[in-house]
Amino acid sequence: MDILISDGKIVEKVDERKAKVIDASGMTVMPGGVDIHSHIAGAEVNAGRLLRPEDHVKDVEAKTALTRSGVGHSVPSTFTTGYRYSRMGYTTVMNPSMPPLEARHTHEELNDIPMIDKATFPLLGDWWFVLEHLRDNQIEKCAAHVAWMMHATKGYAIKIVNPGGLEAWGFGKNVESIDDSVPHFNITPREIIRGLCKVNKALNLPHTIHVHTNNLGKPGNYTTALETMKCVEDLAEEDSPVMHITHCQFSAFKGSDWRTMRSGAEEIAKYVNRHTHITLDLGQVVFTDTTTMTADGPFQYGLYGLTGNKWVNHDVETETSSGIVPFKYRRTSHVNATQWSIGLELALLVEDPWRIYLTTDHPNGAPFTTYPQIISWLMSAVAREKTLKRINKRARRNSLLSSIDREYSFYETAIVTRAGQAKALSLRQKGHLSPGADADIAVYDLNPQELNPSKDYKALIQAFSKAAYTIKGGEIVVQAGEIVRSVRGRTFWVDTELSSPPEPSTELKRKFREYWTVEYENYPLPEEYLKAASPITVKARV
Amino acid sequence: MITLTPRQLFTVPIDAECISPNIFAEKTASEIAHLPVWEGNRQKTLGELFKMTHQKAPAENPTIRISGDVGKVRRIGAKMASGKIIVEGNAGMHLGEEMRGGTINVTGNVGSWAGCMMKNGTIEVMGSAGDYIGAAYRGSTLGMKGGTITIRGDAGNEVGCFMRKGLIRIHGNAGQFAGIHMKNGAIHIKGNSEGRLGAQMLGGKIVLCGHIPSVLPTFTIEDVKPNVKIDGERIEGPFYMFLGDLAENGNGRLYLSQKQNTHLETYETLL
Repeated sequence: MDILISDGKIVEKVDERKAKVIDASGMTVMPGGVDIHSHIAGAEVNAGRLLRPEDHVKDVEAKTALTRSGVGHSVPSTFTTGYRYSRMGYTTVMNPSMPPLEARHTHEELNDIPMIDKATFPLLGDWWFVLEHLRDNQIEKCAAHVAWMMHATKGYAIKIVNPGGLEAWGFGKNVESIDDSVPHFNITPREIIRGLCKVNKALNLPHTIHVHTNNLGKPGNYTTALETMKCVEDLAEEDSPVMHITHCQFSAFKGSDWRTMRSGAEEIAKYVNRHTHITLDLGQVVFTDTTTMTADGPFQYGLYGLTGNKWVNHDVETETSSGIVPFKYRRTSHVNATQWSIGLELALLVEDPWRIYLTTDHPNGAPFTTYPQIISWLMSAVAREKTLKRINKRARRNSLLSSIDREYSFYETAIVTRAGQAKALSLRQKGHLSPGADADIAVYDLNPQELNPSKDYKALIQAFSKAAYTIKGGEIVVQAGEIVRSVRGRTFWVDTELSSPPEPSTELKRKFREYWTVEYENYPLPEEYLKAASPITVKARV
Repeated sequence: MITLTPRQLFTVPIDAECISPNIFAEKTASEIAHLPVWEGNRQKTLGELFKMTHQKAPAENPTIRISGDVGKVRRIGAKMASGKIIVEGNAGMHLGEEMRGGTINVTGNVGSWAGCMMKNGTIEVMGSAGDYIGAAYRGSTLGMKGGTITIRGDAGNEVGCFMRKGLIRIHGNAGQFAGIHMKNGAIHIKGNSEGRLGAQMLGGKIVLCGHIPSVLPTFTIEDVKPNVKIDGERIEGPFYMFLGDLAENGNGRLYLSQKQNTHLETYETLL
């Protein structure tokens, strides 16, 4: 079968005499990889870089004639991030957490990341105006406000992190369940999630709400995750998802404390298998030294308490919070080994690969460069067994992995690493190889007809780490795992067309003057600020 | 023995990680002369910067003698595991970085970061040393893990930062923050300390035979000891023994000479 490319698109016909031919016979051809959740840019990532000189010194890339130099194992510098994704055959990456106030910084970094298309999700779950509108049950007003925010920050989807908890953290508190009240706002996380889910539908945004659950990273939190999923059950229309639970591994802990902590993957998978309104991504843990960073300030502070490591915590004015703590996942630790098991259990127990995606929540569970290793665990029970033998004894005893025979096929792997994620993001030109798709293609030196991935998992790791070819927008950018051409990726953002254009209220302007360090007039980001903006226009229902 | 003599007085920093007995081992004279080094931002060979004389055929653990001032040369003996390096003159920064064994002797002074992250082996400096002796890399918590560093002269600030094991002996004075973040091991300062001794330490011991301006408020007096043992050697006191750093729930011990620190007498009322 031939794949024909012209003008950066996959087409039905080309002039074969003039075309350049790549012989990929005996190789695996997939659409370019899509990553739905990876912290690659922004104030938080950059603070992580500043915090970790010892992470840079052990991973240095020298400059070449084509590429810039760079450093960083867990938080690589901007250019290096692009190169490393491209070498693995990835062509589209979503930056999932952007405090709206830091939109300028985030887009400056996204501008700098070469080789990949990207988009960024503004954090809206704790924004004062959002909370006020939702408290007063003004969905339409809230929708107009969110549409303005998407425009102002050049965002792509609604990100919700520990809804209500981050606002409470501003007062040194947190919320413990989705029905706790948020101080000073008289609203619950349930109302925030449901409200923004309705807003998301009203605006027809391409992605669903992207939710980091309450109580993340605490034993017993799988019930919170289930509650969160249940709370939007009635908002689902037909079979289409209305909520994405991100880095689900961190939300699937059972037990009453760290000593009794076990996997809640089975319960979550059972629920997801019975309901179609949820998509998940893994947030898989790999045993390595990494840097955790989330907008979940209280969680990060708790992590500092557990590890005693250096830490950063930041209150982003009236919008959100954030925190950073370096972390080393250890095989011998009961908790870390259980986390490793939970991620893989989720991936293997959720039956529909279209609704679970491979991520590490880079760099929280591990750097994205570990994806090939995770693919080998998913495709080979032998590889899993080998790691399982070396982990903490108690975690091994409680792990379900040895009882699961399922091994991903190449098709399933392609779905969890690109097709499914592109579908969840409604990136219609990504994640497939039919005519009309962007010519973003990854070719791996693996013969699916001859290779037995179960036995030969080392070949999988090798091949998925270094793509034989990566084609980005119709140009060969990687050959034999090396960058051969540096290209600039596009930045997608959602331009929502409302029935009546949103008018900034005088109330909004007044509050900006009163509470923000940035004036209302300086807050929105002009489109010219993005070096290669690619707006996606959607027609809202309101 | 291989003797290296600088061909000129170096003016820009030189990164010479390759000056290590383990790298020189089993190599011919011309192979050694072609080892790469960085002079500023230019790559050069060892032979271009140093004149070399070989006293004997290549050995498994050759002794390297550097004759002359190499105060600008960094990373001498980095990651070495065995053998010996003698520097007749001053040595630059990062001497014996991540060293795993063997011996380094320096007759002059050394720059900062000598023996940082070292795991084993011995470093002896006849002159003075810069800051961060036996420390961890910037940002890291993995300091010196074993071995011995002896400084005959004075040492700079933050001696033994994040130290995990091993022994550092300073015959002269030490700067501020000796033993900061220390987890285990011992620091013995024969001279005076500029203060803030053992800040944020979690364990290990620091013995000070000289004067200290004051003790951090997060340390509490525990006892007066007639003497203290370091590495099997008995050091006569008496010493005030302090515990801390309590701000970190630490269990480190400071031994401060009673005779040299009469201004600490008021602490005795708390005993």
